[in-house]
Amino acid sequence: MNSKPSRISYLTSGIIKENPTLILMIGLCPTLATTVTARDALGMAAAASFVLICSNIAISAIRKLVPDSVRIPIFIIIISTFVTIIDYVMQAYQPDLYRVLGVFVPLIVVNCIILGRAEAFAYHHGIFDSFLDGLGKSLGFTLVLFIMGSLRELFGAGTFFGSPVLPAAYRSAPMLFAIFPPGAFLLIGLLKALVNKLGWGR
Amino acid sequence: MKLNPGQIFLAAFLVNNIILMRFIGLCPFFGVSTSVSTSIGMSAAVLFVMLLASWVSWVLYHAMLLPLGLVFLRTAVFILVIAALVQFVEMFLKRYIRNLYSAMGIYLPLITTNCAILAVTFFNINYNFNLLQATVFALGTAAGFALAIILFAAIRERLDDAPISPAFKGYPIAFIGAALVSLAFMGFTALFGIS
Repeated sequence: MNSKPSRISYLTSGIIKENPTLILMIGLCPTLATTVTARDALGMAAAASFVLICSNIAISAIRKLVPDSVRIPIFIIIISTFVTIIDYVMQAYQPDLYRVLGVFVPLIVVNCIILGRAEAFAYHHGIFDSFLDGLGKSLGFTLVLFIMGSLRELFGAGTFFGSPVLPAAYRSAPMLFAIFPPGAFLLIGLLKALVNKLGWGR
Repeated sequence: MKLNPGQIFLAAFLVNNIILMRFIGLCPFFGVSTSVSTSIGMSAAVLFVMLLASWVSWVLYHAMLLPLGLVFLRTAVFILVIAALVQFVEMFLKRYIRNLYSAMGIYLPLITTNCAILAVTFFNINYNFNLLQATVFALGTAAGFALAIILFAAIRERLDDAPISPAFKGYPIAFIGAALVSLAFMGFTALFGIS
């Protein structure tokens, strides 16, 4: 660690250059499963971002007290605490969204992005840097989920955040393929191919 | 829940296939499915841990969390149970069943963060399964995981030799392959399912 990267790069690297979903290829399950509409996608992204930022801050704050050999179980306990909080908050205030996201809210606990950032970043960096890193990775994750959710909703229902965009003729017989599981696989494949073509992440 | 055990098995195996229909366990699906032999090893390890995790989490939930009113701790308890279980299974196999350990030992640590295992323990609770139903559901899910990952590995072995444009090499073509496999599995949705 001779040349210390600037603080701004902690924030920006997560958005494109080290985008968790499209470059590092982790956290794929929510990216495909919870992006049927733009609203679901943003709800999922908000929940995961909350957990990522909070766990990054908490782990960074106690990093000097945590013995090396038991760090993973401690990370998991901290992460599952925040997951439980967001689980109950969503259940109470966003019951419709919670019903759609279902088991994927508690499954945030095994989202590789969160444990990965705890292990690779928050355990070795200060609180503010960890916050920036968590925020940057969250923005990258949110961006991909938002793109997936908007495109799938647009093609699969002809709407955007529930309001009609495409003509009524399309909306009466939309391309349902896009909101079914195969459509999600196809779309992320095409997005990844586009990212490769543009040479991002290299 | 009116499904009999046979229907639960089929639903978990094909109709609600955990990878292709529910999008759970995608990291090992794309990470390990590069050859048929590693896929078989991973599937065996998943079957083993999924069954044990279902039993342990079901008993803990119904004997401890529910009577004591600690249901809100289920996320933390289940993930720690799985992490501990994986460690225990690894040590047990290393000590007593060397053959099995050498076959699936390297896949065991990866399973802790395999969301398929954790998801099954949650589904068992959410669907109000009894212990027999939970066992059948875990078996069906593990079989569905194995079917998807082994089928897909066979396809990917062929893809390695196919002439594919550079931008599509690797992950993109794997995703598109998965889309086609998933499309085939959609044919089962008309049967019956668990929801």
